[in-house]
Amino acid sequence: MRFILGFIGSVFAAILLFSMISNLATYAKNPPAPLAAEEFHREPKALHLKSDGPFGKFDKAQLQRGFQVYSEVCSACHSLKLVSFRDLKGLGYNDAEIKKIASDWKTQVPSINPDTGEPAGRKALPSDNFPAPFANEVAARAANNNALPPDLSLMTKAREGGPAYVYSLLTGYRNADTYRDEHGKPLPADAKPPQGLHFNPYFANLNVAMPPPLTTNGQVTFADGTNPTVDQMARDVAAFLVWTAEPNLENRHAAGLAVAIFLLVASILGYLAYRQIWHDAKRAVRITGALDPKNQAKAKRAKAKQGVVG
Amino acid sequence: MSFSWAKPYEPKHPVMKWLDERLPLPRLAYGAVGGGYPVPRNLNYFWNFGVLAGIFLTIQIVTGIVLAMHYFATTDGAFNSVNGLIMRDVNAGWLLRYAHMNGASFFFIVTYIHIFRGLYYGSYKAPRELVWMLGLVIYLLMMATAFMGYVLPWGQMSYWGAQVITGFFSAFPLIGEPLRVWLLGGYAPDEAALTRFFSLHYLLPFVIAGVVILHIWALHIPGSGNPTGVDVKDERDTLPFHPFYTAKDGWFAATVLLVYALVTYFAPDYLGHPDNYIPANPLATPAHIVPEWYFWPFYAILRSFTIDFILPAKLWGVLAMFGSILLLFFLPWLDKSPVRSGSYRPVFKRFFWLLVIDVLILGYVGGAPLNWWRTALGQFASAYFFVHFLVILPLVSAFETPDPLPSSITDSVLHGEEAEAAPAGQTRPRRGATATAG
Repeated sequence: MRFILGFIGSVFAAILLFSMISNLATYAKNPPAPLAAEEFHREPKALHLKSDGPFGKFDKAQLQRGFQVYSEVCSACHSLKLVSFRDLKGLGYNDAEIKKIASDWKTQVPSINPDTGEPAGRKALPSDNFPAPFANEVAARAANNNALPPDLSLMTKAREGGPAYVYSLLTGYRNADTYRDEHGKPLPADAKPPQGLHFNPYFANLNVAMPPPLTTNGQVTFADGTNPTVDQMARDVAAFLVWTAEPNLENRHAAGLAVAIFLLVASILGYLAYRQIWHDAKRAVRITGALDPKNQAKAKRAKAKQGVVG
Repeated sequence: MSFSWAKPYEPKHPVMKWLDERLPLPRLAYGAVGGGYPVPRNLNYFWNFGVLAGIFLTIQIVTGIVLAMHYFATTDGAFNSVNGLIMRDVNAGWLLRYAHMNGASFFFIVTYIHIFRGLYYGSYKAPRELVWMLGLVIYLLMMATAFMGYVLPWGQMSYWGAQVITGFFSAFPLIGEPLRVWLLGGYAPDEAALTRFFSLHYLLPFVIAGVVILHIWALHIPGSGNPTGVDVKDERDTLPFHPFYTAKDGWFAATVLLVYALVTYFAPDYLGHPDNYIPANPLATPAHIVPEWYFWPFYAILRSFTIDFILPAKLWGVLAMFGSILLLFFLPWLDKSPVRSGSYRPVFKRFFWLLVIDVLILGYVGGAPLNWWRTALGQFASAYFFVHFLVILPLVSAFETPDPLPSSITDSVLHGEEAEAAPAGQTRPRRGATATAG
């Protein structure tokens, strides 16, 4: 049987090694040209938020500003399906404020006319989730040059880099014609955005359908008086999207700390108990008295000191 | 169970006595994981991982049952029930889900350490072949369960992972495609597939629990192995499981749970893939479809077959991938060396560490996007994987001269394994002296 298995193993190995050699030969003959999308793609810029790190907490003033950016800018195209108005309590709004935000929301909640049963809309309630700006995917695509604006509820968890990616993308739009990368290299002609797309080196394939949403300083007037630069608005909305994706983040951090301390104490007590229990077990087999290796070493040292050999 | 000096159960409390006479359940527990199970006294910390695997299975079952109470197994409802209802509105739902997600990863981490412990110390050798094989059955069931569980949130990776993995079956000629359609209940993963995956994902953990019982039962016949690989000779070689190993397992489990808690609470998505937070979309293929990290080595083997040699490359890949696990069932007969522990096998030991590096390379290649050198590296590493088990291991076991073994477990505890591995013929203190000297 071992011969059969050895033979099977050798067949697999031979095919693999042959594939490897043929692959390497193909590569040596005509190495693939680097793709512009890979060459010009940039990793997200660093973004530091108060919610970062194991003790991170939300900066509620920033979340409220970010929510303002979402409601005044992003919500024109992007839904926030998983978040409900009542969740805004986490941003520091009180019940009355939430009720007002919900009833003032520009999109109505799909409903039916109670008299006729015809499709209708009604004002949102705190218990409703944020209504989507478009009735369905077809409507969304029709209004957006056949691109579908993704739902933003989980955006910071659904992209490599999270909030830093959102921040980089929002502030990363460049003119494809004048763009130079860090080595001063211009974009090759075939990597330039086709009609209707916009060049952004932080987007996976460099060309994103979304037109630059934050274009001018002061596009949003922050209720708390913060200077609304494009950079500030992008940071704030990234922070807000961390909250929409992970509204329980503060709970999680607080519970994690308590659990970690508990398990640390349990480990230490458990270890001491283990040492106590095993103390006698090790004793029981250890040579004691004159034959104890430690005592023998001691005796040897003493003898050596006195000049006794052996 | 296995040794004549195993302490019999003696109920002290009248209630326990009453119970023991009618249903000897306490007796069973006492003999299995209590003071009645003698365990070699020289186990190192690699022997803690079996118990840890049991702990993580329990965590998975408990969190999973509660999650299932809030989960909708429909293509419209699955994503929102996980990411909306459970993560936002269910009390501590976020904790349940993160604990379950990362619990799966930790279950695999401890199981992999447990398996490699077995590979190094020859735990698969007589008389423990069935323990090893039942363990592999558990591992296969774990892989099936984990795969189906990953499909349930119905994100992009869930969907495309299901598409790729069920696509394996279509590699087989003639019956392949009908088989795939029958298994999925459709031409692509859809409502039917999701519902049956949920059903099986709920069932298989209990099957695993059943095979775990057989695994432990089979282990208790010869008793646990030990780092020297030398058989237990008398009572001095063993300690009762309780309190000695319950104490050792206890503190070590608390420490591993601490690491698990740190990941679950502070980096819950670290081991996952961002694409699974995008709802499944059958019309948009993700740029890089990768399975969860614990499947990366096998995914690397699958992708390594790039040429059609008699059979299509895809079929070779699928055969090799299944073969890479199935060959482990033959391990007790591939490695004929009478010495169990790798500590006393100088040549085997070197190849063992090569295998560890090889599997790590396969894992890296399986998780990373393909390019020319990763493909070549993966092909070389896959070839070594098969050569290691099917060619090198039988040859090493035939030609290797093992180091001398300690005369007993107690001896190795007394003098340390370094001293015991001294060249043969060197005198060492008689064991009689040990016993009387105290």
